[in-house]
Amino acid sequence: MPFYENVFIARQDISTAQVEALTDTLANLVAENGGKVEKREYWGLRNLAYRIKKNRKGHYVLFNLEAPPAAVSELERNMRINEDILRYLTIRVDELEAGPSAMMQSRNRDERDRDRGPRRGYGDRDPREEEREMSDGR
Amino acid sequence: MADNDERGERGSERGGGGRPAARRPFFRRRKSCPFSGPNAPKIDYKDVKLMQRFISERGKIVPSRITAVSTKKQRELAQAIKRARYLGLLPYALR
Repeated sequence: MPFYENVFIARQDISTAQVEALTDTLANLVAENGGKVEKREYWGLRNLAYRIKKNRKGHYVLFNLEAPPAAVSELERNMRINEDILRYLTIRVDELEAGPSAMMQSRNRDERDRDRGPRRGYGDRDPREEEREMSDGR
Repeated sequence: MADNDERGERGSERGGGGRPAARRPFFRRRKSCPFSGPNAPKIDYKDVKLMQRFISERGKIVPSRITAVSTKKQRELAQAIKRARYLGLLPYALR
């Protein structure tokens, strides 16, 4: 059975408990169709980079699946019907990553860094500029 | 290398400020791809922090000639950024 990663975004106004319940129903759905949920991750209520269906925030949930294609299409069909789900993305991957995803790791890092004050963002500068400064020895 | 020469000149024009252009002001080391070699980060659409380094202030994907990402990895990176944009992790456009 192929491996998939599925991320979906739920509406901001539903509670965490409701998200939990929704996640359970979807996980059961996959199981009923002969698939297996290897991992699920709740990324929390995150700010969206832009508004999606008038929402500025959303609950993010990640599934790692090992499931037959039919189960995935059934899952996607239900996600399209459910109005609490703003968006979903399913990607087939060669192998599922074990352990927490990059998102969870960076969230833990953020929490530790919080008291150290705001950090300068990356990528705001032309990398050439940085390099020039280094080689100029200034 | 021809393209090294050209870059060197451009660099001195923009920021060198009053250095003689005839003498090569400095030698620019050829940068290597940040995604190849040992302990290179894995390109992943979920890794927002990583991808943020490869988008401009306006939210555009930075060309590989500036970031020195290899062609193969740049394709992967572009795909990852586009996935992250779809999921609202990265913006399509800023301001």
